[in-house]
Amino acid sequence: MHPAPSLIIFTTLSGLGFGLLAWLGAGALVPTGWVGFVFYALGYGLAGAGLVTSAAHLGHPERALKAFTQWRTSWLSREAVLSVGALLLMAPHAAGSVFFATPLPVFGWLGAVFCVATVFATSMIYAQIRAVPRWHHWTTPALFLAFALSGGALLSGQITAAALLLALLAVVMVLHWHFGDRRLAEAGSTPETATGLGFMGRVRLFEPPHTGANYLLREMVHVVGRKHAVKLRVIALLGAAVLPALVLAALPASHLAAGLAIALHGVGLMASRWLFFAEAEHVVGLYYGRR
Amino acid sequence: MTSLPEKTDKKLGLVIDLDTCVGCHACVISCKEWNTQGYGAPLADMDAYGAHPEGSFLNRVHSFEVTPDEGPSAVVHFPKSCLHCEDAPCVTVCPTGASYKRAEDGIVLVNESDCIGCGLCAWACPYGAREMDPSEQVMKKCTLCVDRIYNDNIPEEDRVPSCVRTCPAGARHFGDLGDPDSDVSRLVAERGGMDLMPEQETKPVNKYLPPRAKDGLGETDVLAPYLDPVTEEADGFVGWLDRALSRI
Amino acid sequence: MSRQPALDLSPQVSDEIRKTTCYMCACRCGINVHLRDGKVSYIEGNRDHPVNRGVLCAKGSAGIMQHTSPARLRAPLRRSGPRGSGEFEEISWEEALQTAVDWMKPLREEAPEKLAFFTGRDQSQSLTGWWAQAFGTPNYAAHGGFCSVNMAAAGIYTMGGAFWEFGQPDWERSKLFMIFGVAEDHDSNPIKMGIGRLKERGAKVIGVNPVRSGYNAVADEWVGITPGTDGLFILSLVHELLRAGKIDLGYLSRYTNAGFLVNGGEGPEKGLFLRDGDGKPMVRDRRTGKPVAWDTEGVQPDLANGIDEDGVTHMPVFRHLADRYLSDDYAPEAVAERCGLKPGRIRAIAAELARVAFEEEIVIDQPWTDFRGQKHDQMIGRPVSFHAMRGISAHSNGFQTCRALHMLQILLGSVEVPGGFRFKPPYPKPPEAHPRPHGRVTPGAPLDGPHLGYPLGPEHLLLGDDGAATRIDKAFTWENPLSAHGMMHMVISNAHAGDPYRIDTLFMYMANMAWNSSMNTRAVIDMLTDTDENGDYVIPRIIYSDSYSSEMVAYADLILPDTTYLERHDCISLLDRPICEADALADSIRWPVVEPERPGHEGVRGFQSVLLDLGARLGLPGMVNEDGSPTYRDYADYMVNHQRRPGVGPLAGWRGEDGTGKGRGAPNPGQLKRYIENGGFWIDHIPEEAQFFKPWNQAYQDWAVDRGLFDAPQPYLFNLYVEPLRKFQLAAEGHGEHQPPEHLRGRIRENLDPLPVWYPPFEEDRIESADYPLHALTQRPMAMYHSWGNQNAWLRQIHGVNPLYVSRKVWDAHGFRDGDWAWLSSANGRIKIPVALMESLNDDTVWTWNAIGKRRGAWALDENAPEATKGFLLNHLISELLPARGDGLRWSNSDPVTGQAAWFDLRVRIEKAETGDATSQPAIPAQKSPVGRGPDMVAYGKEWTK
Ligand SMILES: Nc1nc2c(c(=O)[nH]1)N[C@H]1C(S)=C(S)[C@@H](COP(=O)(O)OP(=O)(O)OC[C@H]3O[C@@H](n4cnc5c(=O)[nH]c(N)nc54)[C@H](O)[C@@H]3O)O[C@H]1N2
Ligand SMILES: Nc1nc2c(c(=O)[nH]1)N[C@H]1C(S)=C(S)[C@@H](COP(=O)(O)OP(=O)(O)OC[C@H]3O[C@@H](n4cnc5c(=O)[nH]c(N)nc54)[C@H](O)[C@@H]3O)O[C@H]1N2
Ligand code: SF4
Ligand code: SF4
Ligand code: SF4
Ligand code: SF4
Ligand code: SF4
Ligand SMILES: [Mo]
Repeated sequence: MHPAPSLIIFTTLSGLGFGLLAWLGAGALVPTGWVGFVFYALGYGLAGAGLVTSAAHLGHPERALKAFTQWRTSWLSREAVLSVGALLLMAPHAAGSVFFATPLPVFGWLGAVFCVATVFATSMIYAQIRAVPRWHHWTTPALFLAFALSGGALLSGQITAAALLLALLAVVMVLHWHFGDRRLAEAGSTPETATGLGFMGRVRLFEPPHTGANYLLREMVHVVGRKHAVKLRVIALLGAAVLPALVLAALPASHLAAGLAIALHGVGLMASRWLFFAEAEHVVGLYYGRR
Repeated sequence: MTSLPEKTDKKLGLVIDLDTCVGCHACVISCKEWNTQGYGAPLADMDAYGAHPEGSFLNRVHSFEVTPDEGPSAVVHFPKSCLHCEDAPCVTVCPTGASYKRAEDGIVLVNESDCIGCGLCAWACPYGAREMDPSEQVMKKCTLCVDRIYNDNIPEEDRVPSCVRTCPAGARHFGDLGDPDSDVSRLVAERGGMDLMPEQETKPVNKYLPPRAKDGLGETDVLAPYLDPVTEEADGFVGWLDRALSRI
Repeated sequence: MSRQPALDLSPQVSDEIRKTTCYMCACRCGINVHLRDGKVSYIEGNRDHPVNRGVLCAKGSAGIMQHTSPARLRAPLRRSGPRGSGEFEEISWEEALQTAVDWMKPLREEAPEKLAFFTGRDQSQSLTGWWAQAFGTPNYAAHGGFCSVNMAAAGIYTMGGAFWEFGQPDWERSKLFMIFGVAEDHDSNPIKMGIGRLKERGAKVIGVNPVRSGYNAVADEWVGITPGTDGLFILSLVHELLRAGKIDLGYLSRYTNAGFLVNGGEGPEKGLFLRDGDGKPMVRDRRTGKPVAWDTEGVQPDLANGIDEDGVTHMPVFRHLADRYLSDDYAPEAVAERCGLKPGRIRAIAAELARVAFEEEIVIDQPWTDFRGQKHDQMIGRPVSFHAMRGISAHSNGFQTCRALHMLQILLGSVEVPGGFRFKPPYPKPPEAHPRPHGRVTPGAPLDGPHLGYPLGPEHLLLGDDGAATRIDKAFTWENPLSAHGMMHMVISNAHAGDPYRIDTLFMYMANMAWNSSMNTRAVIDMLTDTDENGDYVIPRIIYSDSYSSEMVAYADLILPDTTYLERHDCISLLDRPICEADALADSIRWPVVEPERPGHEGVRGFQSVLLDLGARLGLPGMVNEDGSPTYRDYADYMVNHQRRPGVGPLAGWRGEDGTGKGRGAPNPGQLKRYIENGGFWIDHIPEEAQFFKPWNQAYQDWAVDRGLFDAPQPYLFNLYVEPLRKFQLAAEGHGEHQPPEHLRGRIRENLDPLPVWYPPFEEDRIESADYPLHALTQRPMAMYHSWGNQNAWLRQIHGVNPLYVSRKVWDAHGFRDGDWAWLSSANGRIKIPVALMESLNDDTVWTWNAIGKRRGAWALDENAPEATKGFLLNHLISELLPARGDGLRWSNSDPVTGQAAWFDLRVRIEKAETGDATSQPAIPAQKSPVGRGPDMVAYGKEWTK
């Protein structure tokens, strides 16, 4: 899949934002006043920026409201509903904390649940797509949730939780790659099944339908070099999970340490997300002799 | 509208004969010209005369090469458009309801005025049957020529998809695959019509008829008796000729 | 579930449908052009039309993009920069026509041959030929010489017609269809429809082609033959069929010259037919053992035995034939390796031919009477049919290979029988019924007769008293005596060399000679731009008519811009290349379904009308009235009112004052209206009893006379043995008053054999095979028409670049990988090209799609269009001359019989190119575009949607 910057930014920012809000809502820390303002602004800012980028990704952002209608079937619609729900539900808690030093834990908890649900919904947009076998697996929601929760924990300064979640994240990342690398084979889709011609022999693309480019190829067929991928995986794993965890474990708690851990995590997250898209092979590539 | 109908009254679709398709692309262009002036937004072409021309098409013809373990390779020309799947994943993912499957005939369509151009349906389609129009930024796909097949302004015999009407080789068939007695269903039964990527569990309505077995004459001598020489006799070929001539 | 949107399921499709004829290729399908707000909105096939019955190919459907192409010319142009630069100024029609007249008029008065008029694949050769004849120049031909004259001439000389546009398989009844060397052909849609129908009936298709794509991909059997060896393969099939006696002796003795006695005596008559006092060829009558005229009542021609006279044995043709092909030289074992096949494979195919022809015979209960007056109760058919095209004809052994194939069909008795091959009227038409070539020039007067024709002996060659060629292309000379379509590929080269003489004005129509239709493109460009010591162009003047900003436009001095096909009258005439089917006579028209408007410019005009206007201004006979006024207002007027013979004109339908005339009748002023009402065509079905056995069927002959196809019945026999060829051989052996030059004697003796022979392609003989081990071919892409498809916004997305396809053997040997580039060299040059793998390919063959490569700046495309940067032409590697032999002579790279350009003899070597610059070479600098560049976006039909 094409690792579109807008998608990478959207998913990373909104994941971090909702992760942070979830921790705030759950009352893991209850910042008030200016401090609260900074935390909630960060949470809302990240989540909101993510949503705005995702809308910008649309061909017709002006019709974005229509996307709230199909929550019964569409994970994308659910994500839209849940995200707005999360932001709204969280608002009284946030406003209470910031302006009145009066958290409203009921809203906080509900908001937190919605935040987590939003991240889950986001992940399901990808995980539901059978045509991208790497995504169509439980490790996709696990990965998104692990990122959101660990990132949120980092941002909200939950050192112990963060360290544990980062360890979990590392495991999930590895599992996502481990299973992911086998998914296409497991799905059983091959040039032979794509064309139904396997009974005749080995199938190879001879001529593409057009020598010109097309939307499908740009959108869904992206080939990453193997060496390149391994390098990025190392960066992603070290940056997103291992190094931040080490920083948290090894360095005394400080803003500097937290900042360093967050920065490393951010870099790793971006790398991981880039790989999430770039390494995902859509079965349509089978029709184009590319994977 | 993104839920799929429980069942459709008909299952209209195409049957494509891979034994007959010569790969001429007639269906590709006929589809383009019908649909660019018909249903929804035109099918735009960007950089049309430039270095990177790229337009939207609802039907494209690939060519594959198939190599058996023994014997010569073969080329198979392979047209592909929306298969109007029964379990169309492209429909259920759509957040706006723009994508839907018609209850009356199973045609999968995009209601372009509701489409936000998110592209998710194209991701969900395993077959690459949906393309975002590069100019209007709405999702385009095969309409099964819904604006032809019921069109009272078109002579009855022409109420078939544009691509079917135009196919010079007669490799494209249109009909109700839900009716076991329809011509298309019979063809599918006789010729072992197949689904593309059944493992994707989309239950495509369109079927593909596989190429018939090739190169069967081989070098075998089943046919050898037809070439038994006439020249066994002592007088050879001329003797045979003489006798044969006296019989006509 | 929520509601579905309400759809308008019955939108109005258009305001109006106008029916005319497609011109995106020479197939000439009927089209329904839908108009909306006066604009073309949709084009579909016309269901009633005999050619396409409703279907339409990709090019036809893309006609909208052709008609709206930004590359369309807008006004007459006069060159303002150097040739090739593309710099022009627009001028008025008056100025353009006056310039042309000023150039041409003095030539006509003094030396008409100094005007050379050559046309491409247009469909108005009966007009252009007539015009050139009236002008008086011998230098006229269309493109057939580089296209497929081998096929045409071999067919005419053998049986009065070839495949191609002359006939077609009996698609409804054939049970085995064998197709040689065809990627697409002129009969594009009918062949596809036919293959579809064969498949529906479960009939078998055998494809003989080094490349297994297109028709060969759907063939049940693929014979991946080595290029240039089909003749051997076919003669080996003949060998097997003869050995097994699987030939139709009755058919041979009744309908062919198999029984004609061949003079066995030494001397000037050797190898000619024995003739009686009336000059009629004789056969040995089996009843009496005596030689009698072949058409003697009740005669039973003996195919087995000859007669002895004065100690000389005169054997029948069939004995010569059997003796030759029964030889072990033609045994599968002897030829298979050379053909790249296995002996068993050849035998299996021969057996299948034998089985279907003789075991699956079909019978139609339709009585008919032959020309001898004999009545037959039934029509008996051998349901094997063949089709072949340039794959066997575009070789220097193509004429004889095509002959071999025609002979094979005849031996099986499958020509003009149910299930076999059927002629389309006005064919069959034997060589005798065609004119002879004419070339005698009289300044200020018309030529002595039609330019092109079928020589029957050396006396019909067009040679001056000094033995020099009469024509600039050297057609009808000893080098290529039967060059029935002329040799357009030699015109520029000969004109540049001043050999046989210099010309003044080269006038061309619809042929991209500076690019894809020339051999040796780079060299041709140099010839077109070459100057003499005074700085004048060696070819002084070039006038050209095109509709689009092609490569050739840039090399002309004066451009007469044509309309597109939807904007003009055209006539697809029985006098030319009509649209007939095997069971019907038919012709058709084009008419302006939209106006040829080019707002803000002088505008364009239909070339045929312009030609008539020019003719009138030049005062050419037939085009100008006594009072000096033009005889024809325009081409439409000519189509209706011109008469070639009394009562016979360009259009055969609705003739006579009352419009009831078929084929014959006085001009009918309402004729075009009737055509338009009928969908642009006229059709007249052949009576049932006349449907088959046309050359020998009395009913057919009478019907053909009635329809004006000829003026008296002309039954004839098929020529297994072509006597005119023998006449050329005799001359080469030293007999007769017309003698070839010494250096040609040998090859005339060898190559102009009256029975089919095979010899290796010439190029192969001139090179070290080890240096150039591969055969290089081109194929027509089905969705692209020569050079003019790439201006089409839709089609160019399908074929915007053309890789060179190489076999697995070559791929692995050179360690190629996807995306690699290679250098490809021939004896003539070197080009750099992208490569790709194809497994279904003869091991020693490489190929690419034809005419995708474009010159930068042409066709209103961006200078960096992929067609120009990655596309390429193989033409740079193909020379119009054979590699020099050191004898000081220019040997043309053509068939020695017909002069057909030997495109597919090309031999090459491939080497992997260094990585880096992914641009094809040679890269010819850009030409300026006189029409600017196309728009960035096309969203056709936007005003009608939403
Ligand atoms: N390598 C290789 N070269 C080949 C061949 C091959 O097989 N291999 N094939 C050869 C053969 S068989 C042929 S026939 C030639 C074909 O070669 P050409 O006859 O040169 O074919 P086109 O490129 O179509 O060029 C025709 C010209 O006519 C112009 N034209 C199109 N429509 C109209 C019209 O309505 N009016 C006028 N006035 N002009 C028009 C086009 O713009 C174009 O410039 O190529 C030959 N060249
Ligand atoms: N779409 C489309 N249609 C066209 C044209 C076009 O440009 N585009 N051009 C028109 C014109 S002008 C012409 S002349 C016709 C030509 O129509 P075709 O005769 O089909 O011409 P080519 O495309 O040159 O195909 C030649 C075929 O012969 C094969 N071949 C080459 N050498 C040999 C050989 O030695 N033996 C055998 N058995 N096969 C061989 C090649 O692989 C190729 O498949 O098409 C006409 N129709
Ligand atoms: S039009 Fe018919 S033969 Fe041509 S590519 Fe399409 S399906 Fe195949
Ligand atoms: S082919 Fe693709 S677009 Fe068409 S219904 Fe099936 S999944 Fe949807
Ligand atoms: S692109 Fe349009 S049709 Fe497709 S899922 Fe998005 S809104 Fe629905
Ligand atoms: S049915 Fe209509 S929309 Fe679908 S591929 Fe055919 S022509 Fe195109
Ligand atoms: S074959 Fe195609 S391009 Fe040629 S005349 Fe027919 S429809 Fe037109
Ligand atoms: Mo041609």
